[in-house]
Amino acid sequence: MSKKRIPILWALICLLLFSVSSVGAYNYPFDDRYVATVLSTPAEYAEVLPAEVPVKIETINMFPERKVPGILWNLEEMRYSYIKQDGPAPLIFLIAGTGASFNSAKMQIMQKAFYRAGYHVVSITSPTHPNFIVAASTSGVPGHLEEDSADLYRVMQSIWKKLEKKIEVTDFNLTGYSLGAAQSAFIAKIDEQEKAFNFRKVLLINPPVSLYNSVLILDEMLEHNIPGGVDNFSAFYNRLIDAFSDTYARGQDVQFNDQFLYKTYEHRKPTSDDPLEALIGLDFRISSANMVFTSDVLTKAGYVVPKNLVLKRHDRVTDYSKVLTRLSFLDYFRGLFMPHFQAIDPGLTEVDMIKRTSLRQIEDYLRNSSKFGLIHNEDDIIMLPGEVDYLRGVFGSRAQIFPHGGHCGNMGYPDNIAAMVGFFTNAKN
Amino acid sequence: MFNMTNYKLRAVIMALAGLAILFASGCSVTPKPDPNIAYEAPRHKLEDTLKETVKYEVDVYDPLEGFNRRAYTFNYYFDKFLFLPIVKTYEFITPDYVEDRVSSFVDNVFEFNNFTNNLLQLKFKQTGITLARFVVNTTVGVAGLWDPATHWSMPRQAEDFGQTLGHYGVGNGPYLVLPIFGPSNLRDTTGLVTDSVAFSLAGPPAWVDDDTTTLVFNGVAAVDTRHRQDFRYYRTGSPFEYDMIRMLYTSKRKIEIAK
Repeated sequence: MSKKRIPILWALICLLLFSVSSVGAYNYPFDDRYVATVLSTPAEYAEVLPAEVPVKIETINMFPERKVPGILWNLEEMRYSYIKQDGPAPLIFLIAGTGASFNSAKMQIMQKAFYRAGYHVVSITSPTHPNFIVAASTSGVPGHLEEDSADLYRVMQSIWKKLEKKIEVTDFNLTGYSLGAAQSAFIAKIDEQEKAFNFRKVLLINPPVSLYNSVLILDEMLEHNIPGGVDNFSAFYNRLIDAFSDTYARGQDVQFNDQFLYKTYEHRKPTSDDPLEALIGLDFRISSANMVFTSDVLTKAGYVVPKNLVLKRHDRVTDYSKVLTRLSFLDYFRGLFMPHFQAIDPGLTEVDMIKRTSLRQIEDYLRNSSKFGLIHNEDDIIMLPGEVDYLRGVFGSRAQIFPHGGHCGNMGYPDNIAAMVGFFTNAKN
Repeated sequence: MFNMTNYKLRAVIMALAGLAILFASGCSVTPKPDPNIAYEAPRHKLEDTLKETVKYEVDVYDPLEGFNRRAYTFNYYFDKFLFLPIVKTYEFITPDYVEDRVSSFVDNVFEFNNFTNNLLQLKFKQTGITLARFVVNTTVGVAGLWDPATHWSMPRQAEDFGQTLGHYGVGNGPYLVLPIFGPSNLRDTTGLVTDSVAFSLAGPPAWVDDDTTTLVFNGVAAVDTRHRQDFRYYRTGSPFEYDMIRMLYTSKRKIEIAK
């Protein structure tokens, strides 16, 4: 071997070693779990999905007789969407996460990925979204995992009744992210009895194990990470606006979207996770305020609005929003949620309810049913220590746990899209 | 939300605005407690939770809230039954590439307002960039159909008269939801009117001096502007959408003025 060839050989060996070591490497850009949760997957790292898909938006009302107070007038019909393939194809139902609609950014990623993979796609709003509470929730008091899942199951059947003449379906599938994943598990269980769909495959993406534990984590994120507490929100907000002004001065149009947030983060990287945690907590608090107000008004619970005050279409409600953004989800749990279900079943305790709103409740089913798959992240922020390992134990080889991504932050990353779609398309058993 | 200047078109808008005002008249702001009803105190009372010493960002000066909330709903219906169907038809018959050329063209014509307002704020560098953009895009960019200036490090320097007033310390004034145009406040509405008048008296419409051309341009500009906005009334599903939009609009303008 001549001396000249040695460097080439070395280069080849290095290349080979490199390519071997890069198998299995996961290059999602954010190692920080809070950054991942807030920024998700910026466009430059995300899977390139079809820009437009033929989405049809329709409405459904599960309780046409229900008398809805004027202030909720625009929520009486629940919007959902479907995308139809030409000819026969499998159908997949998507369930949105906490406070999210059928059309949230994450739902759009899933819609496009599954449509591209040849699925009819039906997207359903979360039972914690005001639109679902008014038009489709039996109790009007969201958060009860079994009951909300049963409501979802009825909604899915009603939607299917409307679609079955237009769409040719080979089999039914189900997935959801975050709270929508926990609900998917319960829906699948109901379907084992009622058999309306006989789901072939069900995928849970970043589900909480215990709703109660996850909610407490999110409650604290807001309260513990704004210097001086929630009453100092104004100062926090104005620092945020300052940072946004900076981004604008650098030539980004002011749009309150992911890209603008990402640019702001790039220019002004926070020195600690505190503001990111506060933002996550804030997002959750705003969703909660929307949910609790809707539930309070609809069920006349007397939580923040006087029981016998009827709010009309154009009444001023700003003060209620101020009160509700000061109250935690735990306040709702104790002050509206439990009283509602205890009025129906006086023997029901908080401990019972916390147990029932957990995946542990249906552990045997999840452990033994081969139709399930799980995608999760090692560093998901809504999980207590040990909860990801618990799921790994329950799902075994059916679980795929990514090292990073926070809570659903990596759903748009190519490896995750491949895992999500691959779960349904690869296993043809 | 967008600029329309032609007199005929303005007459149509005035008529619609009149309709909106009729729709919105007789407005009450706060739900008036009926003195004959004893209201049961809720579990969490306002007076127990809210503190006078705390500044709440969601509070924006809004003395005409009753009118504004109705104008907000009027805009929802106006969008739903008239404006968005027109925009959707436009999007259906026009290829994306052509839509982008139209947007570019419209932006180029409105550089007039960016020019005057940068000048009024004595931002000479930005004024120069705006002038250079107009020259480059009108010539190399073929009458503004393309925007080569942005690629040559001359980004758009958006300024309007509301921002100019803000730059010189004029406050927001009362929040306003304008029929058709959407969220605004007294300062920005003054700005909108001033910009439109200046534009039609001294800007491109005056240079062209042809009513039909101006009318067509205004129609196209209105449709193009709405086409570029994702915002849809009542799409968030939040019962506090009006309050959130009011807060975000105010913050957005603060950001734009601070530049």
